[in-house]
Amino acid sequence: MTSFKPWLLAAILGVWAGPALANLNVFATVPEWGALTQELGGDKVNVYIATNALQDPHHVEAKPSLIARARAADLVVATGAELEIGWLPLVTQQAGNPKVQAGKPGYFEAAPLVPMAEKPTRLDRAEGDVHPLGNPHIQTDPRNIARIAGPLAAKLAELDPANAAYYQARYKAFAERWTAAIVRWEREAVPLKGIPVLVQHKGFPYLLDWLGMKEVAALEPKPGIEPTIAHLSEVLETVRRQPVKMVIRAAYQSDRASQWIAERAKINVVVLPFTVGGDDVAKDLFSLFDDTIQRLLKGTQ
Amino acid sequence: MAKPSLVPRAVFLALALSLSPPLYAASDAEVAEIREQLRQLRESYEARLQALEQRLKDAETKAKEAAAAPAAAAAPLPAAAPVSSSASGIAAFNPAISAVLQGRYANLSQDPEKFTIAGFAPGGEIGPGRRGFSLSESELAISASVDHLFAGNLIVSLTPENTVSVEEAYGVYTAAPYGLVPKFGRFFSGLGYMNEQHQHAWDFIDAPLAYQAFLGGQYANDGLQVKWVAPIDQFLEFGAEVGNGDGFPGSARNKNGVGSGVIYAHTGGDIGASHSWRAGVSYLQTRAQDRDYSQVDLAGNDAQVGFNGKSHVAIADFVWKYAPNGNAQNTNFKLQGEYFWRRESGDFTYDVDGALGLTNTSAYTSRQTGWYLQGVYQFMPYWRVGARYDRLDPGHVDYGTNAAFLESPAFHPERYALMADYTPSEFSRIRLQWGQSKTQAGVTDNQLFLQYILTLGAHGAHKF
Repeated sequence: MTSFKPWLLAAILGVWAGPALANLNVFATVPEWGALTQELGGDKVNVYIATNALQDPHHVEAKPSLIARARAADLVVATGAELEIGWLPLVTQQAGNPKVQAGKPGYFEAAPLVPMAEKPTRLDRAEGDVHPLGNPHIQTDPRNIARIAGPLAAKLAELDPANAAYYQARYKAFAERWTAAIVRWEREAVPLKGIPVLVQHKGFPYLLDWLGMKEVAALEPKPGIEPTIAHLSEVLETVRRQPVKMVIRAAYQSDRASQWIAERAKINVVVLPFTVGGDDVAKDLFSLFDDTIQRLLKGTQ
Repeated sequence: MAKPSLVPRAVFLALALSLSPPLYAASDAEVAEIREQLRQLRESYEARLQALEQRLKDAETKAKEAAAAPAAAAAPLPAAAPVSSSASGIAAFNPAISAVLQGRYANLSQDPEKFTIAGFAPGGEIGPGRRGFSLSESELAISASVDHLFAGNLIVSLTPENTVSVEEAYGVYTAAPYGLVPKFGRFFSGLGYMNEQHQHAWDFIDAPLAYQAFLGGQYANDGLQVKWVAPIDQFLEFGAEVGNGDGFPGSARNKNGVGSGVIYAHTGGDIGASHSWRAGVSYLQTRAQDRDYSQVDLAGNDAQVGFNGKSHVAIADFVWKYAPNGNAQNTNFKLQGEYFWRRESGDFTYDVDGALGLTNTSAYTSRQTGWYLQGVYQFMPYWRVGARYDRLDPGHVDYGTNAAFLESPAFHPERYALMADYTPSEFSRIRLQWGQSKTQAGVTDNQLFLQYILTLGAHGAHKF
């Protein structure tokens, strides 16, 4: 620190200014928004996805790798609704990147753009891991993806006006393909209408609502609280009175509880990818829903 | 409040009086004229009413069109997100508040009042704490954005002795350029790995022996900190701090300017999806003035000794975490360790009885080290077990001419601890810890602790 080193300053500034000249650096908290940003941004965006499909997005730590990536990000795309409350505020604050702090133009939240389900009427931690703004697992309904795509494309255009027309064109193409795909999925999923199911975690209200399926009970006694034998026995009782076709769990969850109930109630376990990368087939948003519908259909057999 | 109501009444009365006489005196012609005026008035008002009604209708249609527009999703929508919070009124600006409640039961085979770490000057909060049931410190944390430039954070600790201490009280300047994060006030220094963590977030009930011996438990600054993360994919963080230097191993000195300085660098990242790590080096420089304590001399007297001089502490730290596919929910493992060096040089005063009976002041230097290594394994949801080993090396102590009265330490203090904890949710934890502490030659303290930690209020951050 005793002598001024111009080369050091130049090197630091060079590194700092480098990414700004190239593509938009996007930090997506979960795979679904990473995939959507990639669809809309094409080769004009560098997408970093902070978590993978096998991680519980509630329970992530502010890891050094996340802080480093948030430092250079032009845009953070998050779910919101307190899904990332345990780690994202800490990551953006420690990264010292004012562009992507909550409320700034470089911070985008998906949840405020869709109608939220399961808003709790009683806010009390005795009810488990409750989310005051509603269930944050909004990506399981493709109609929500459609609602978010437009504003996200507009956000990309706002941050990178030089490529506004490009994002607009990609959005149009995506919206057309997506609308067609929703029609196809809804046609394929007709046999699922009215099917009663169990869920392990309350992670699928949007999916079940879209397909007209019926959630009879959850294996977790309270959201985010691991299933207990006492509660599972109650669920088993319920299932004996009110038969279900299958029990659904997300890829990141432990298989023990769903296996336990499936053996006793003689029902299928359906492991859904939950998000992009949740299994070998769900490689992008389209194959995510292709695979989800196929797995559910198989579960009814 | 009663008087003003008289005014409208008086006005009304005056109006009534001034209007009524002409009506009594009205002729037919006048009546006709008044009727004509009334008719004209009615007509003009009707025209204006119709115009207003038309405007209202137009406005309503426009509003409906505006509301319907987003439904036609073909074109990109305006990015303006709806307001997601329904909070309003005075409470809307309440900061995030959380409280941590802690208590414990301790069974200690040695008297904690007599705790010392042989060969190391005592300072700060050290030792295993009291025996039996006791409350540990309760913590109250309040944080919020201050305005568009600052964020603030206050953490006070309520001790079981019914005193209040300010653990941290700092502001963060959030609008700094070049990714700088300036923090000012009182804060736990960013040196080492564990120093920034609050006690309720530790994996064991007590601080590692090295933290107790070299930093008096935990190093806090009253001063200024600047952190900077390099804008590259590899995590690389630099930090620098200046403070008043009151904290152990320094001491309060009645002087202007900077009393202590800290610099550090951290790096880290992921290896595949399952491994993440962080490593760093830190350096602290501070000064002590009249850092007095009692020490047994060669003759067996309880002598009073004091140190005046410079203290340099260097720390190397690392932590490695493993979770299958990055999913720590079911099983995970965490290994952390830190290595401390401390070099002190200055004057050392020996006072045989603390009453200036026989005193001697001489030059003094010491070079001492210490380290700990701990591993914590979550083998199923909610349940973790852990082990820790602590060791200190008294190193080399040169008492100068005081060597005639004081013996250079040769004993290596060490400690073992095993723990098991149950964490039914993010907000509660119950821990059992057993340990053997050998901080003085020939003295073994068998320690058993049972501890609870309850967190209520705002959701805490998942620090790495």
